Amino acid sequence: MSLLDQIPVVIETGSAETEVDAQWHGNAEPVLHEVRHALARLVAKGETTKIDLKAMPFGPGDLERLLSVLGTGEVQASVDALGPTRVQETAIPGVWLVDYLNSEAHRLALHLEIATVPEILCPQPQDLDDAIAALDARLNPDKSDPPLAS
Amino acid sequence: MAARNPTDKTLGESLRERGVSRRGFLKFCAATASMMALPPSMAPAIAAALEQAKRPSVIWLSFQECTGCTESLTRSHAPTLEDLILDVISLDYHHTLQAAAGDAAEHAREQAMAANPGEYLVIVDGSIPGPDSNPGYSTVAGHSNYAMLMETVENAAAVIAVGTCATFGGLPGANPNPTGAMSVMDLVKDKPVINVSGCPPIPMVITGVIAHYLTFGRLPELDAYNRPMAFFGQSIHDRCYRRPFYDKGLFAKTFDDEGARLGWCLYELGCKGPTTYNACATMRWNDGTSWPVEAGHPCLGCSEPRFWDAGGFYNTVSVPTSASGVNVLAAGAAGAIVGGAVAALAKKQTKTAVAHRQPVTVEELEAKL
Repeated sequence: MSLLDQIPVVIETGSAETEVDAQWHGNAEPVLHEVRHALARLVAKGETTKIDLKAMPFGPGDLERLLSVLGTGEVQASVDALGPTRVQETAIPGVWLVDYLNSEAHRLALHLEIATVPEILCPQPQDLDDAIAALDARLNPDKSDPPLAS
Repeated sequence: MAARNPTDKTLGESLRERGVSRRGFLKFCAATASMMALPPSMAPAIAAALEQAKRPSVIWLSFQECTGCTESLTRSHAPTLEDLILDVISLDYHHTLQAAAGDAAEHAREQAMAANPGEYLVIVDGSIPGPDSNPGYSTVAGHSNYAMLMETVENAAAVIAVGTCATFGGLPGANPNPTGAMSVMDLVKDKPVINVSGCPPIPMVITGVIAHYLTFGRLPELDAYNRPMAFFGQSIHDRCYRRPFYDKGLFAKTFDDEGARLGWCLYELGCKGPTTYNACATMRWNDGTSWPVEAGHPCLGCSEPRFWDAGGFYNTVSVPTSASGVNVLAAGAAGAIVGGAVAALAKKQTKTAVAHRQPVTVEELEAKL
């Protein structure tokens, strides 16, 4: 007898689809593996990665499946610039969900960001360049025009 | 809408005047990268380019069309239409959207052309009765579509043909084509022509092409049909979330069977995804809500040439074969190559080829993928 019959074979048919399978299309798994590789790069080299979830060919249930595997972490943040941006740490440290919305609450982009801190939360370099001058103006209001509460 | 000089301000200056912070600008660029089908890591480069970008003057010409393309544009959410018009482009002429009418409207077009020679963009939706057709088939302000198109593109930087009518003739050009409808690229030979096909096109693809031109100062990479590769580089089939079911051989047989309810592949219901190149599967419609295949309907192939004449929407996918009887699939080894072969055929033999369409079986497709 051939050893071939010892290899387990599963034949997939329509009736074999489970209720859970019907709720998602299996397209979340490749993204989760991409996140796994991105995390390894962050740990080894400090390299950050952004993944555009809006551009993924997800079917109904795939995004929910992805987010359910990643879970919800401890940190939430909101940025008010050109509409709200919601930042949520997932239960996997270093993996953030960044949801960009416009002022009408329409989603502009949905990113997974693998980084120590998401870029949108960091002050922009040009703003840091102006920071000392801006604080000086508030410490010495007589020497400048801008009001304290601006 | 009076013509404005596009060199007045940079986009960065314009946004800062409106109180947009640098964080807001970064967010705008992240959304723009997504809109242009670029990786999110491109956002800082886009920010640096857009900071210094000047607003181009845009003249939008509507010919033999149904206004569906403009309807599509007005449903663009990123950026909003208001942002697009006020910040990204200077939309100096558009029949449907401009407040001016009559002589004032036509003067706006003339002023924009005179103020920005060699720099303005022309967007066209709708097909054009060709130079040999009766000019009265379609006119604007007493001018034939053909005359207005040729006059307007003479000093344009580039032409963007929006929608399948402008890109390939569309419904007006379908057999028997009573008005002699032609596409923009059939008529404009001395200017770059970018085709944004679709019936209608995805709104963010329209704005994405404009944003690309604005960001990089050049036209995007194009495919054999002059369509931007970023949006038309992959087939619907290759990016379809139902593809895993195709690979397993699981097909819906009717619109209401168990397979249809479980989201199986719609190939046997006539889905043209394998031979259709577009971004519906990833960009979706109505602000990313859904798209035809997700709604349970096969892809019609609306972004491909002569799709109205390609046989029944619910027949299994077919591809044109050349007059010599060469099977395109036999020449191609993958979806992209099939597209390339079809593109090559289209140049010379589209009409003949379409008349000889040949159905493609699952087995044939499977063998080539």
